[in-house]
Amino acid sequence: MKSFCIILMLILLPQLVFALEVPQLRGRVNDYANMLSPAASERLEQTLAAFENSDSTQIVVLTVNSLEGENLEEYSIKVAEAWRIGQTKLDNGAILLIAKQEHKIRIEVGRGLEGVLTDLTSGRIIRGDISPYFKKNDYDTGITAGVSSIMQVVRGEYKAQPRDLKQGKKSAEPVFTLLVFLLVAVVFLGSFSKYLGGAAGAAGLALIGFLTFPGLGILILALLGAAGFLLGLLVSFLFGGGRGSGGGFGGPFIGGGFGGGSSGGGGFDGFSGGGGSFGGGGASGDW
Amino acid sequence: MKRNVFLLLGLALLLSITGCGYNSMQASEEAVFAAWGDVEASYQRRADLIPNLVEVVKGYAAHEAETLKAVTEARAKVGSMQLSKDMVNSPEAMAKFQEAQGQLSGSLSRLMVVVERYPDLKANQNFMDLQNQLEGTENRINVARVRYNTAVQGFNTSIRSFPNSLTNSLLLHLARKEPFKADQGSKTAPKVKF
Repeated sequence: MKSFCIILMLILLPQLVFALEVPQLRGRVNDYANMLSPAASERLEQTLAAFENSDSTQIVVLTVNSLEGENLEEYSIKVAEAWRIGQTKLDNGAILLIAKQEHKIRIEVGRGLEGVLTDLTSGRIIRGDISPYFKKNDYDTGITAGVSSIMQVVRGEYKAQPRDLKQGKKSAEPVFTLLVFLLVAVVFLGSFSKYLGGAAGAAGLALIGFLTFPGLGILILALLGAAGFLLGLLVSFLFGGGRGSGGGFGGPFIGGGFGGGSSGGGGFDGFSGGGGSFGGGGASGDW
Repeated sequence: MKRNVFLLLGLALLLSITGCGYNSMQASEEAVFAAWGDVEASYQRRADLIPNLVEVVKGYAAHEAETLKAVTEARAKVGSMQLSKDMVNSPEAMAKFQEAQGQLSGSLSRLMVVVERYPDLKANQNFMDLQNQLEGTENRINVARVRYNTAVQGFNTSIRSFPNSLTNSLLLHLARKEPFKADQGSKTAPKVKF
């Protein structure tokens, strides 16, 4: 097994070496070429974080030392596809990419921003705000000016949404899956004995309650168990009886008062792309 | 007990319908159409840019009439093509479409070479803006084409692999989709760098 893994790695290795890899998303400012001073980098990071909080629009800076022969536009879209900057469905992300050795600049614009941050505007920002400073080797001012021009253009295009809404949706899905699974188990066990179905319902519902909302007290879990027992009996009766009319079994289970109530989400200090998509919009330039 | 057997059978039938690719094949066909829509839109965008570009260049380089005429004619030819999503099923229609777009790419790149001789034009703000837009559009075309080809590959694989191929030949009769071939047009894409 071990040798197989090694062979597999050796086969895959050349492909990894040839393509210039998309660097890891470290934050809003990814200064891999060390072009920014620490102070400027810190300031940009804060400005961009505040901008995302108010507008939900994500703007990210990436500097790389060299493209290693890769085409600027192709590399840029690769980064955009990997990082998925911008919110899902809004696609409001933008990436300012700078290749130090090649003296190339690109603004990659997410689909949702293409309407305001057009290719023309992006080109003007590169020509007018960034490259004049870059020519004087003043990268701090150039990047800061470029980013603030981008922000100015896209400000007000989107508004930030309250975050907890999204979270509630996320936690609802596994509950539903578990409930369906429990229903199948109860029907199966209930066909042997109605009480077995009831017991399965009791244990299952309490367990699901515990898994979904870890903070629940013993009393509530016991109540859930009792409710599960009754429902399990009912379901076993409906299916196991053989004479009872079928249908309508979805009611008691799905209507069972779940949803709402957000679990304490893990902190938002780590930055990640929101799932925005890119279609190749934006402009390239040089200095 | 017997009732349960029927219930299980029904469940198995339901699962096998989703397992035979009936839905997934149609979903991936729709993905192909969506990707094709993007391809069409980005080519259309380029066609819309050209009259402006020709206008601006004319102002500075009027005696390059021949090059300008070639661009205008190639654009007119592209514009006269009937586009539809059914095109993706037909290799001939795709070949014709690619050829026409390739011609337009070729004439555009010749125009951009000619432009090199006019420093006034190159410094013109209007022209620089147009150049940015043209560059962006070419890039969008590339991205859209790559994504379309990926979608087509996924779809073509899905209608040929086993349980799906059976479902397709019996029920759906979806046709193989035509990908873009790397043509001369993509290799000589207008170099609008200076």
